[in-house]
Amino acid sequence: MSIKAHHHITPLKTYLSVGVALMVLTIITVVVSFVHFGAFNLIIAMVIASIKAVLVALFFMHLLYDNKLFMAIFSISLIFVSVFIILTMFDTMQRDSIDEVKAKPIKKNAIIYDK
Amino acid sequence: MSGNKTEVEKNYLNDQKGIKSWLLTLDHKRIGILYLYSIMFFFFIGGMSALLIRLELIRPQEVIVGADTYNQLFTLHGAIMIFLFIIPGIPAILGNFVLPLMIGAKDVAFPKLNLASWYVYIFGSLFAVYSLVTGAVDTGWTFYTPYSTSTDTSVVSMTLGAFILGFSSIFTGINFIVTIHKLRAPGMTWFKMPLFVWASYATAIIQVLATPVLGITLLLLIAERLLGIGIFDPAMGGDPVLYQHFFWFYSHPAVYIMILPGMGIISEVIAVFSKKKIFGYNAIAFSSLGIALVSFLVWGHHMFTSGQSEFAAMIFSFLTFLVGIPSGIKMFNWLATLYKGSITFETPMLYALSFMFLFAIGGFTGIMLGALSVDVHLHDTYFVVAHFHYVMMGGTVMAFLAGLHYWWPKIWGRTYNEFWARIAAFLIFVGFNVTFFSQFILGAKGMPRRYYTYLDQYQPLHAFSSVGAFVIGAGFFIMAFYLIHAMVRGKRIGRNPWGALTLEWTTTSPPSHHNFEEIPVVKNGPYDFDRIRVENDKWIYKEE
Repeated sequence: MSIKAHHHITPLKTYLSVGVALMVLTIITVVVSFVHFGAFNLIIAMVIASIKAVLVALFFMHLLYDNKLFMAIFSISLIFVSVFIILTMFDTMQRDSIDEVKAKPIKKNAIIYDK
Repeated sequence: MSGNKTEVEKNYLNDQKGIKSWLLTLDHKRIGILYLYSIMFFFFIGGMSALLIRLELIRPQEVIVGADTYNQLFTLHGAIMIFLFIIPGIPAILGNFVLPLMIGAKDVAFPKLNLASWYVYIFGSLFAVYSLVTGAVDTGWTFYTPYSTSTDTSVVSMTLGAFILGFSSIFTGINFIVTIHKLRAPGMTWFKMPLFVWASYATAIIQVLATPVLGITLLLLIAERLLGIGIFDPAMGGDPVLYQHFFWFYSHPAVYIMILPGMGIISEVIAVFSKKKIFGYNAIAFSSLGIALVSFLVWGHHMFTSGQSEFAAMIFSFLTFLVGIPSGIKMFNWLATLYKGSITFETPMLYALSFMFLFAIGGFTGIMLGALSVDVHLHDTYFVVAHFHYVMMGGTVMAFLAGLHYWWPKIWGRTYNEFWARIAAFLIFVGFNVTFFSQFILGAKGMPRRYYTYLDQYQPLHAFSSVGAFVIGAGFFIMAFYLIHAMVRGKRIGRNPWGALTLEWTTTSPPSHHNFEEIPVVKNGPYDFDRIRVENDKWIYKEE
């Protein structure tokens, strides 16, 4: 597996298009924040943010043109972070699903809210 | 076993002299030796604290230490054995020494990074020692919140030490991954690599992927203690169970950092001392990677009684059973390798067979504990203590000892006294079972772990267990004597005393500074005992 130092020159047009796409997505994020989607508020915001992050990584950070090993390393890291967060959320989001006794919102009496 | 004089005269041990040549060395073999000395020093401290713990537990009343000191002793034992001995043990000592030799390389890919990893290890261990001197730590090696954020002991310096040690581990991991990718000798394809190299590769992946999470966790804990950020504090909207998620996301894969390289050693030793081609090479290689992958999905089984949701507990329980598959694949392949082999029982093989016997018990009881309903009752009892000692000591330490005895002649060019080595192996095996099998029974009867005192009904088994610990201790003292004797006065041996077919046995014992006279070209598989036998260091092809 050889990592050759080849310099891919991305056309200015691509950079500008990606830049415009990022702007548009930012505007969408702001607009959407005024509409109430309930539980989907967070999901929509995160999906848009993720798309933006992918665009930056692929084009501005050259992941698309670089050795595929870097892409693999980056993807694997993302997968493992997702595993960590999703499996942890299986715990924190489901605490009261079977045993109702535990379902006490711990934030209600928190000191931080007294201040 | 022919001792060639010219071979002995010029080697990595004597081509440079003086303390500076050791402290600034970039030779992977010398760095392995530096690690050997430092890790063995901490193994000695961890072992002595284990003996003190067992001595204290010989009866329910105070024997030698008070309750607070006892808490500090078991934390000392756990933290030192995990962070300073068993995690770095096999990769840093044996991996450093033999991995480049096994793939026919002159050194690791980044020799300076390799030396840096040793200095980082020493730096981190100084923090650990500092926290022991300044009032020790009494949290257990897991540093669980909320106790670890409220106790007065030196949690910050101890966790900072573990944080720094993590970098040493990452450095070694990166080095091994790059070395295996880039520095294999001509002809050594991925599937001609010795299985120890495969296991080291899987280990390195976990080291690089999981260790940063431990770093984050320990930094969060330090921030919690010093700044009161409240991420683990319910009063401030935090969650103490979150600490356990963070901690075990690293520490469960870390269990496989400990056992995987051991499994690699067992694959080598079983094949060489059966003089038989290893059964299921690909299956063993891929099961290492399988274990590495599954290891990231099971951490919640440490938290079945922590207040974790039942839903998560069920998922983790199910996922935990998956670990049994790649582990079982390895066990069956080793057994199949033994079948109809020309088995000889030299010391490395005795430890390898001990490993198979003890790891089987450790693995099965692990599956028992992975079952949610059983674990709720056995959690935090001596059953768990016995289980992980069967895996960690019965597994990893036995494999480490197998590897140490297997490569000791290569490392020093001299061999040890086989008679005393067998006596020590016997004492350690028997002592181990006396110590820890009794703890399975203690745990099943309800004896909680980490308690300073206990009901009288547990006393006979506790005393029995303590006797076993001292038998193990006797075994290790004998081992220390004959191994040190072997370094200085042992019988000189030739290149290939065991008749093995991997590359490290084709060079001199001890190897020269650059490992090989010329870069080896690999034509055979590492276990082609069906085609090749070795007599007096010469390879004889059977078809010729």
